[in-house]
Amino acid sequence: MFKFLKITCQEANEICNKSQYGEASFSEKMKLEFHIAFCKICALYTKQNKNLTGIFKRKSLDCKEHTHCMSNNDKELLKEKMKQEMSS
Amino acid sequence: MNTLDPNTWIDSYSDYLYNYAVVRVNNTDIAKDLVQETFFAGLRSAKNFEGKSTERTWLISILKRKIIDYYRKINSKKGKAEVRMNFYESGENEGSWIEERVPQSWNSETEKNIENEELKSQIDVCIDNLPEKYAMVFRMKTIQEFETEEICKELNITPSNLWVIIHRARTQLRSCMEKNWFNK
Repeated sequence: MFKFLKITCQEANEICNKSQYGEASFSEKMKLEFHIAFCKICALYTKQNKNLTGIFKRKSLDCKEHTHCMSNNDKELLKEKMKQEMSS
Repeated sequence: MNTLDPNTWIDSYSDYLYNYAVVRVNNTDIAKDLVQETFFAGLRSAKNFEGKSTERTWLISILKRKIIDYYRKINSKKGKAEVRMNFYESGENEGSWIEERVPQSWNSETEKNIENEELKSQIDVCIDNLPEKYAMVFRMKTIQEFETEEICKELNITPSNLWVIIHRARTQLRSCMEKNWFNK
């Protein structure tokens, strides 16, 4: 019984990682829940992974506020190189 | 009909292209090179421009190809990719945790302290320790929060390929954060 739910630790954690982005399917989530009901190690991994997701989320908010621009110096250098390229 | 005017490219598009590249490759020098290569390739193929798209769209399509080339290059790189850690047994116990790589409980004090600049820079250090292609895919998915479909299209990989990379990246990151932050 329940054989269809049986997965390895590696498979469980693959599902766990996918579900951090909300992209694991219903049957995958069932398998994961079944696995961590019995496997303490993967239960710990799952808990810590959620914690990490929260940390990454904050990091992401920080990074996305930032737009990257090229320095004027780099632009001038690039203009010089373009001129050479166009005349060659 | 759109036309090309290379003399204005740098003033008009370099910031846009540069930002586009930096959020994907996360390295300012590589991004600068990619922008330069894009403009040069644009000059060389200007005669093929049919005027159907805008200048900017046309340049971005060149940059996209440069980014795929870059991803292929780091994907085929030997060395750093080979030091990737295995966390699971193979053979008879395939897919079980390797005993000395089993996750440890985290020190609960550090676990709570997540509003911290040091923590953010530790994450960067751990991401930079990953094989380059893992770092690139992980950042695009997790930090820049691109859709799976978009990343797959941009890097020309399959979704299952992406999830394997994400899984390996996160497992390795977890272990790095455990050693250098949570249980330091």
